[in-house]
Amino acid sequence: MKRETVKKVGLYALGGVVAGFLNGLFGSGGGTVIVPFMEECLKVEERKSHATAILIILGFTMVSLFFYGSKQFLDWKLALLVSCGGVVGGFIGAKVLSRLSGGAIRKIFGAFMVVAAIRMVMW
Amino acid sequence: MWWVNLLIGLLAGVVSGMGIGGGTILIPALLFFSQISQQTAQGVNLLYFIPTAIIALIVHIKNRNVAFRIAWPIMLLGVLGAVGGSLLAIVLDGGILKKLFGGFLLLMGIYEFFKKDKKNNQPKKEATPN
Repeated sequence: MKRETVKKVGLYALGGVVAGFLNGLFGSGGGTVIVPFMEECLKVEERKSHATAILIILGFTMVSLFFYGSKQFLDWKLALLVSCGGVVGGFIGAKVLSRLSGGAIRKIFGAFMVVAAIRMVMW
Repeated sequence: MWWVNLLIGLLAGVVSGMGIGGGTILIPALLFFSQISQQTAQGVNLLYFIPTAIIALIVHIKNRNVAFRIAWPIMLLGVLGAVGGSLLAIVLDGGILKKLFGGFLLLMGIYEFFKKDKKNNQPKKEATPN
């Protein structure tokens, strides 16, 4: 029982620290790590993993914001504008897209990410 | 062009509802259309995440999709990583951070592209949340 608990805490810590680190370093991407982690290692179902990840990343984000703010890396005006679009988009995403199969959309965005990434590394 | 930024936000919001990090779209798009540093673009994504996450969480909590018992320990232990990653981000040179981000984005893009769509392979247990 005790050994099981230690193992479980260690596993939680590993997933959390890796996701938190990447989310802090890149200001994003924590969910990309913690969702598969919960699905594969903790056997949480897909829908629940996605929802739970949002809460976890929200915690990490609060901490990261403190550090980014300490070096004036926060553009509040731009963030407000982007967030207005994001709130509407997020609502559409949560309501509609959770019921749709995202196979094709995923591939399109995956391709977009690869192109954007190559551009960022090269220039 | 303010409407471009608004549109970028909208698109990223829709995508983040799917579990693909909205930031992976938002940050490169912001950098493409405006003259800001890598850290500032990442900061925008962090700020942007708060309202969109709260809206999404309200829907998810109502549908009982949030596993609080799993969330709390991961969050509390993971904060250590968040502190480390953030500290590194603010001391690194913007150009180097951009290249690192690009490398991370490349891996995630490849992963998204080749990931199998589970929803197509498994029978649906619940068609609608409510």
